[in-house]
Amino acid sequence: MGTISAEPRRGSRAGFDVERVRGQFPALAQSINGQPLAYLDSAATSQKPRAVLDALSAYYEHDNANVHRGIHELSRRATIAFEDARGTVARWVNAAEPAEVIWTRGTTEALNLVAMAWGLDNVEEGDEILISVLEHHSNIVPWQLLAQRRRAKLRYIEIDEQGRLVLDDLSRLLTERTKIVAISHVSNALGTINPIERVVDAAHDAGAVVVVDGAQGAVHTPVDVQALGADFYAFSGHKMCAPTGIGVLWGRRDLLEAMSPYQGGGEMISVVEREQSTWAAIPHKFEAGTPNIAGAIGMGVAIDFLAEIGMEAIVEHEQDLLSYALERLRPIPDIRIFGPDSLSERSAVVSFTLGDAHPHDISTILDSAGVAVRAGHHCAQLVMKHFGVSSTARASFYLYNNRDDVDRLVAGLAQVSAIFA
Amino acid sequence: METPQLTSLYQQLILEHYRNPRNKSELDGKSVEVHMANPVCGDEIRLQLRIEDDRIAEAKFVGQGCSISQAAVSMMTTLLEGRSLDEADHLARRFTDMMHGDGDAAKDRDLGDLRALQGVSKFPVRIKCALLGFDALQEALKKEFGGEAH
Repeated sequence: MGTISAEPRRGSRAGFDVERVRGQFPALAQSINGQPLAYLDSAATSQKPRAVLDALSAYYEHDNANVHRGIHELSRRATIAFEDARGTVARWVNAAEPAEVIWTRGTTEALNLVAMAWGLDNVEEGDEILISVLEHHSNIVPWQLLAQRRRAKLRYIEIDEQGRLVLDDLSRLLTERTKIVAISHVSNALGTINPIERVVDAAHDAGAVVVVDGAQGAVHTPVDVQALGADFYAFSGHKMCAPTGIGVLWGRRDLLEAMSPYQGGGEMISVVEREQSTWAAIPHKFEAGTPNIAGAIGMGVAIDFLAEIGMEAIVEHEQDLLSYALERLRPIPDIRIFGPDSLSERSAVVSFTLGDAHPHDISTILDSAGVAVRAGHHCAQLVMKHFGVSSTARASFYLYNNRDDVDRLVAGLAQVSAIFA
Repeated sequence: METPQLTSLYQQLILEHYRNPRNKSELDGKSVEVHMANPVCGDEIRLQLRIEDDRIAEAKFVGQGCSISQAAVSMMTTLLEGRSLDEADHLARRFTDMMHGDGDAAKDRDLGDLRALQGVSKFPVRIKCALLGFDALQEALKKEFGGEAH
């Protein structure tokens, strides 16, 4: 693949029309329990636009073949579409080049890849890995596994009463033994937007590499990996309108080139001999086996779809909804809303509890009214423990939600209060 | 606007057991204890039984979770005292039948307050909440009586 073209990466605000956007998501046009669906669980996974669904069908109907293997026409087409999608992702996050974009199954696999490839190569006994209490389990457990294997030490950045990272003592937490700092861009459980640049500067001063869990960040903020300055950035397609089972690890070329492979198999080799093999160049070195070709193509189409609407417009719309939701939710008696008070520090997620109604009961009652929210620990048990709760209900908003969805949530919560009065 | 299904799910008796659970404490002199959790939703209980002469002399639990799981285990403990293994196992089976929509089971007076949970059968994703206590009971019976459980 060549270098990145200079075409604009993100569209403009011009005429964001939420009803027009909604019309492009077939799954939203249905009733649940006799009520129109209000889908407020996009932080778990987003719905998919028609353009992505059509691209998947078109690929399987016309171009289906394995990539980088065949000489025939279908293989050529599949390979071009697959690599074009890589280029689209590279432009979307402002990677220096497409070769820095590794296809994975999702954020989880991307983080495991860094832990097992870069981590096993570079972390030794007594070294330290710094993560935070705010992390999703997928940005905790791979580091625990690495720490156990290497007898390294896992340290934590704490969070305050608003669910924000406590960075005052960051210089104390970072030592000459710190090899990795792994931090989420945006918290899935609370919506907290973390000051990545600040963490990156301090971590680099200490000589550590920075791994960013961008599963929510890539969805709710424009991402420029070069400006962020991190060394690795992981994200998933399915939370940003693409299919499940496709995700990305972006990494700096020099790091990726120096790393051992993550998995062995076809596609990732150069020459295989009886005792040893040599590796393909990046990105293929990390893409053993037949990849999720349709998923990658779908992700490219999803990014084109989002770019056409414009990331700034989407963020502005989400912030408007978040502001409206907080305004409507805050006066509800006995509601407890978690996360930062300031809108500028949180993305479009509202995690809450309501009186003594358990979040699962809240979710069941809301579902009866056609309102889909997540209830549970959100794969963030350390966050739940910090706030002394076992679970919360979580409403999350995306580009296709409107104020009516918020009103429906509020009405549903009135019903919860009535039942649990 | 409350649907009839919701009304039948959240009966007052269930909410009453949720708020004032029976037999919720540590059991002195327990013979067997089982921890049962639902990792999907975080509901968990520790069921403790004191067995005397192959009968359940006392049943207590500690735990936390949704109204359905906690009310069900509370109701269950009120019905266990004095029951033999077979009787306790039978109760578990009847309750499971009711959860899977068996109308006869739902009329079984033996199920006591548990009959209030009949409405849960209309909410498939919540059935596992209602069964948490009985899952723990059956595990405890297996532990205590070994191969005898059937």
